[in-house]
Amino acid sequence: MTAFVGTWSLVRLALRRDRILLPAWILVFVLFAASSAGASIGLYPTVESRVALGASANANPSLLALYGWVFDPTSLGAISLYKLVALGAAMVAVLTILVTVRHTRAEEESGRLELIGATVVGRYAALAAALIVATGASLVLGLLSAVGLMSPGLPAAGSFAFGLGWAATGIVFAAVAAVAAQLTAGARAATGIATAVLGAAYLIRAVGDSTGSGGPSWFSWLSPLSWSAQVRPFAGDRWWVLVLPLVFAAGLVVAAFALVARRDLGAGLLPDRRGPARAAAGLSSPLALAARLQRGALVGWATGFMVAGLVFGGIAANVGSLADSPQARDMITKLGGQQGLTDAFMATEMGFLAMIAAAYGIQAAMRLRSEETALRAEPVLATSVSRTRWALSHLVFALAGSAFLLIVAGLTAGLSYAAASDFGQFGRVFGAALAQLPAAMVLTGIAFAAFGLVPRYSVLGWAALAAFVAIGLVGPIIGVDQWVLDVSPFTHTPKLPGTAFTAVPLVWLAAVAAAAIAIGFAGFRRRDVT
Amino acid sequence: MTTAISVSGLIKTFGRTRALDGLDLTVHQGEVHGFLGPNGAGKSTTIRVLLGLLKADSGTVSLLGGDPWRDTVTLHRRLAYVPGEVSLWPNLSGGEVIDLLGRLRGGLNEQRRADLLDRFDLDPTKKGRAYSKGNKQKVALIAALASDVELLILDEPTSGLDPLMESVFQDCINEERGRGRTVLLSSHILAEVEALCDRVSIIRLGRTVETGTLADLRHLTRTSISAELAGTPEGLAGLPGVHDLRVDGNRVRFDVDSKDLDQALGLLTRAGVRSLTSQPPTLEELFLRHYADDLARETGRHAAMVKS
Repeated sequence: MTAFVGTWSLVRLALRRDRILLPAWILVFVLFAASSAGASIGLYPTVESRVALGASANANPSLLALYGWVFDPTSLGAISLYKLVALGAAMVAVLTILVTVRHTRAEEESGRLELIGATVVGRYAALAAALIVATGASLVLGLLSAVGLMSPGLPAAGSFAFGLGWAATGIVFAAVAAVAAQLTAGARAATGIATAVLGAAYLIRAVGDSTGSGGPSWFSWLSPLSWSAQVRPFAGDRWWVLVLPLVFAAGLVVAAFALVARRDLGAGLLPDRRGPARAAAGLSSPLALAARLQRGALVGWATGFMVAGLVFGGIAANVGSLADSPQARDMITKLGGQQGLTDAFMATEMGFLAMIAAAYGIQAAMRLRSEETALRAEPVLATSVSRTRWALSHLVFALAGSAFLLIVAGLTAGLSYAAASDFGQFGRVFGAALAQLPAAMVLTGIAFAAFGLVPRYSVLGWAALAAFVAIGLVGPIIGVDQWVLDVSPFTHTPKLPGTAFTAVPLVWLAAVAAAAIAIGFAGFRRRDVT
Repeated sequence: MTTAISVSGLIKTFGRTRALDGLDLTVHQGEVHGFLGPNGAGKSTTIRVLLGLLKADSGTVSLLGGDPWRDTVTLHRRLAYVPGEVSLWPNLSGGEVIDLLGRLRGGLNEQRRADLLDRFDLDPTKKGRAYSKGNKQKVALIAALASDVELLILDEPTSGLDPLMESVFQDCINEERGRGRTVLLSSHILAEVEALCDRVSIIRLGRTVETGTLADLRHLTRTSISAELAGTPEGLAGLPGVHDLRVDGNRVRFDVDSKDLDQALGLLTRAGVRSLTSQPPTLEELFLRHYADDLARETGRHAAMVKS
């Protein structure tokens, strides 16, 4: 057991490092679950309204693919949470993947684990500590979510079945990440492998769930993401299903420890591929370097936008049949549209994509800060590359990358929607996607201004996005004043398609983004590079 | 002789910490200049000011006749830099980094690139994350040395190299001198500085405490003498320049200031010398003398200095 010596010290270290990140994430999930439950209780007060929604949801392959089945349409809990059972579990899985890799491979890659490994710490301690933290976080998240569901009045058994389903999924993907972290030498690659497994699990579940009752529905049992749904919270509470994720996770954990025992510190099991001895002729500018560093992430995001566009377009084509209750129609109208449910739905989803595109822009712009703190900006800035040129290289990716993502989503959503309705719809949907760009650019601008002026607080971009998302999602429901809503750039994007297009707010948003970027450049030219 | 680097009264503060406190530095064109100082003395900070990465609070800085903060891009075409802590992009190969940095600097000498890869025995196909500390430094060194530039700024470039590579590095720097290039070499390895540098500046707590040729500096220091005598030495203890005198029968050991060396040897010969060894002052002693005494006094302040 000496290989585990020091585990608890490392657990404490991890909790110290994550003292803000973990509670904040857990809080988001708990609020997410509790507010969904609360909102749905108001929207579907009668059994008839619930059965109607459940029947239309279960009859719609796009929705089945996205969310899974409503197992008991009469149950208030099942109706309230069917959107969150699998989709929410996937988001919990993202959290545990990030946490696990952060405390295993990322530490190892940075060399910090070596520093710790030379003290009285066993070879399994780091992995054990990361798994304890991720498992503990999953359980706390699941149990608190259960309590959150009970507060608006859902039954306790179902609430815990739901919460433990989330927790079990979190634990499974912590174990997946633990294995992935042994395979590669790079943390980004390890996160990529674990996320790819998650994506595959989601696809398998989507295929299995959307084949309908006549198809091979056993297929979805192959996906760990189905298990939380197969517990059937509020629809029978089949506790025994929870054994599946636990056994699966235990197997993966054993495998991960076996792999740790078999490899050297710092090395992966998959051999590090060799690179070229000479740089390609094109690799001769800061922009080419930025492209090299950012292209992998952009391809990943673009794939996500492509899938999202296809799914949204498909759902939009038959959204009219979904919302039967007047409350649901009212809800969708309230969420941002004025004409026609379909347009309102599309406008809502486009607004959602704008926020995700803004997140891409922020993380691409923040690459500047991470290059700087990793001391990789210094050698480039010591060549004949000016500060402006270097900063511009990543900023171009943030701005053009956001545009590219929205174009991808606009194309796929437009095509899949047009295919199911008429081709005249394509232009409207594509235009609606493009109209989201200026608001997303404002967030890139804020992140870049923070980088230039107050580099220590460059997380300001993320804080602004979180605030704007909160304003957009919660503001209209709790009825805040218009000026509060106006703070968020997303408020000003015309609700396309469906409303008349006006260019004025978009020009203003672009001007704000440009001003923020100019401030960022002015700040960066004057400050120390550290 | 023209001046490549001229710094005077340079002050740079980070928050409440004064990292550079009136630093002076003069590097002549074509010389290899050693830049010495304990950890946190301000060597890297000075170099970053010279590169225009940090803005000086006050003082004058001139680099290759220009202002490093204002004329950054034009000056950087004429210099190459090896950072103290080399951090490579994890997914770029060493060869790619050498080419990239060379091209960003304005081109690199193909012949020398191949030659340096061979001499430093570096595998250019490995990815950045796979290199050891020494190999990362080799990547940065090759990228710098293969560029046709007037000035090389090297911040502790050999701290991760093995002795074999250290000697390759020394050969390379001597060749650079032969080509007429100027080198500013920040280093901890005193043997390296002694072997390579024409002139040396020693800094402490953000200020220059000593500057000059090694011969100049040696003049300020002491020679160690150990002798076996025929009789008892007289008057040695009374000589002001004699330190750490130990007499064991007719064996004596002592250190003597350069200015009193002649007089001390006179006293020894009067007592009759049977054997005599004298050790010239090493840079190490010079170095230690400059830090050890004052540092003990100023530990508190020293601890507050951050290497940034």
